[in-house]
Amino acid sequence: MDHVHLARALFGMSLGFHIIYATLGVGIPFMVTVAEVSYALTGDHDYAVMAKRWTRGFTVLLAVSITTGTTVALQLSLLWPKFMQLVGQVIALPFLIEVFAFFLEALFMSIYVYAADRIPRRWRILSVLLVAIGAAASALLITDANAFMNAPQGFRLVNGRAVDIHPWQAVFNRALPTSDFHVMMTAYMAVGFVTAAIAAYGLLKKSHTERERKHQYKALMLSLALGGLFGLVAAISGDSAGKYLAKYQPEKLAVAEGLFQTQAHAPLVIGGWVSGTRQDVIGGIKIPDFLSWLATERLDGVVLGLNSFPRDTWPPLFLHLFFDGMVGIGTLLIFFAIFAWLVKTLRKQHEYPFPNWMLGVTVLTGPLAMLAIELGWIYACIGRQPWIIYHVMRTADAVTSAPYVGWMFVLFMLLYLLLAIGSITVLRFYFSRHPLSDDIDPSAPKPRRVVWLP
Amino acid sequence: MTAAIWGISLLWAIVFIYGIAGSIDFGAGFWAMVFFKEEHASAATIANRYLSPLWEVTNVFLVLFSVSLVGLFPTAAFVFGNILLVPGCLILIFLTLRTVFMVYAHSIDRYQQPLRVISGITGVIIPALLMSVFPIAQGNFLIQNHGRLTLSLTQLFSSPTTYVYILLGLTSELFLSAMLLADYSRIANDSTAFYLYRKQAIWLGPINMVWAFIAFFWIAQSAPWLEKDMLSQWPWFLVSGGFFVLGYLLTVSTRENLHLRFRLAVVSHVVQYGCAMIGYGRAHLPYLIYPYVTIQDSFTNSEMFRALIVVLILGIAILFPGFIWFWRLFLENRAYVSKED
Repeated sequence: MDHVHLARALFGMSLGFHIIYATLGVGIPFMVTVAEVSYALTGDHDYAVMAKRWTRGFTVLLAVSITTGTTVALQLSLLWPKFMQLVGQVIALPFLIEVFAFFLEALFMSIYVYAADRIPRRWRILSVLLVAIGAAASALLITDANAFMNAPQGFRLVNGRAVDIHPWQAVFNRALPTSDFHVMMTAYMAVGFVTAAIAAYGLLKKSHTERERKHQYKALMLSLALGGLFGLVAAISGDSAGKYLAKYQPEKLAVAEGLFQTQAHAPLVIGGWVSGTRQDVIGGIKIPDFLSWLATERLDGVVLGLNSFPRDTWPPLFLHLFFDGMVGIGTLLIFFAIFAWLVKTLRKQHEYPFPNWMLGVTVLTGPLAMLAIELGWIYACIGRQPWIIYHVMRTADAVTSAPYVGWMFVLFMLLYLLLAIGSITVLRFYFSRHPLSDDIDPSAPKPRRVVWLP
Repeated sequence: MTAAIWGISLLWAIVFIYGIAGSIDFGAGFWAMVFFKEEHASAATIANRYLSPLWEVTNVFLVLFSVSLVGLFPTAAFVFGNILLVPGCLILIFLTLRTVFMVYAHSIDRYQQPLRVISGITGVIIPALLMSVFPIAQGNFLIQNHGRLTLSLTQLFSSPTTYVYILLGLTSELFLSAMLLADYSRIANDSTAFYLYRKQAIWLGPINMVWAFIAFFWIAQSAPWLEKDMLSQWPWFLVSGGFFVLGYLLTVSTRENLHLRFRLAVVSHVVQYGCAMIGYGRAHLPYLIYPYVTIQDSFTNSEMFRALIVVLILGIAILFPGFIWFWRLFLENRAYVSKED
């Protein structure tokens, strides 16, 4: 691999690893807030237990999320210095505001977790709400920086120098609404399915008691309801993101659909392999006119194809599969949530309406949702190539001139491997030593050592 | 003062806060490793307890520094970013290992032993790597290559100047953290830990001071431009030395019951480092990286500067009440500090 590809591989790996933890870090505090509020409203102790156990998992994940986030933030400067030079002049604000949003999250996280027994319940709910808000704001702000890379504005380049700079115009760029909306909704959706998967996994285990089963069912229903609900909104947000692409970043939409010829009545192609030499998608299901309709809301709307752009500015063609993977998984998950809701309504007389195979499928939805998030981000970032800032700066021109990028790649790969194994081991070990029964039944002997530190 | 001077002052202020908070954070990791034996167990516990809520705050200042550098001095961020890939990535790797193990160890007791070792060792390595940025900013070890600067790693790690700075950083870190941990033990009413940390501070203080003098003469040798400017800043260094003597006398004369006195000692040592940093920072002007990058020609545009300052002030104003609450719940809370495991 050449220097630029190594740098992209290293940064992509860091971002790909961070995004898992970041998504969970945005979604879990929201779920905890919902559980805390449900507890306050209903007085049902089960919701307090959910909040407690989700928070415990969250503290472990948050540490990885924070450190990998720090890594990504500094690697931006270390790997793409030329890019950050322009960022500093034009779009430094979201990064700075994000520091404060993160600070808010970290402060109130410490307060919520370690001082929960010393502050009244109202303040505890406020704390976790502020954690959720801080986490959401962080995600929105960093996505804003990414939106700027897709829709740079608020400056002019004259002889390579940025002039006529309006920092707030850069912040409120035109990709911001669709990007932020979609990132936020999909994060909530994905985490809903992740907690649903955990509850379903618990239900499939043979050894649970009736009381545990009741609790897991409540967690499952709450998670599936939230996952499905946000899934529906995520679909709407995805649709508006697609319309945005059609209007302002047509290469990216064209590569997602493997569309070469600019045409009216453009078909939507599901699956298949995009071949550059044959200028077509091999295999795949064609739905006539549907892409035109999605992109322009008219069956005869014109959608720009790749041939309308210079060959050297095409994103890689394999992205079609990533895009379809993302959309496909998202759609399946939404239908599954609706199906689960139907089953629940139709089998009202059963206390536990879901058959085991449905629980098995639910276990799969968690990892699938995270996979969809990954595919979406990969599509969003590689789909912008060869540009690091769309039509302003090429990725190859932004890269560092420092050597040893390959070695750093190897070191970070080992680090992430260790972190992945470590966080899974720690979570498994922790929850096997603090089983659900301990939390549900307050009279059970307390665990030897309560986690009270991050 | 020009806007660029305000900008660089802000950056140094962040470096200062990170330096103090980082010294405690990393130093506490080191002391927790050293004092793990049974008879010092309470000292190690104190160190761990201080460490725990603090790392997130320390981490914020590292990111805040990098973001502020990018926003305030984009061209300097470009040059630094371009040369610091290897030291920067190593710092990130060690920092990640340290933080993550800290969290793991609190979920699984079995990880306590590796945590102690990892946080102790990284508590020395990370500050050492951070200190190596100072000699790099002096313009040493940089090579022009196709119009871009590159860092010579072999020169960086083989030059005595690097190690002079590293040792200065490490002695300061351990001295300051011993002082602050002693103060923390005092709040926790743990006299054994208090005397133990005070003892460390008493022998580390003079060593740190002597090394500061050696470092000055070494800098004078390796960077004559800096020597001249540092000499012209002599009042700052003199005041810094004065605060050291004051703080040291207060420390030595403190017995367990003289609460206010020890707090004053800690404050005067912090002021001591503040003054030394102002002196060094002023002497370093106008260069960020000698002789390639000055603050004036790497400074950001005035629109961005204004926007950044507005955001900074608003952000600090909004977060300040939260921070006060945090401080009272954890760092100044006797019930928390002296709680039983």
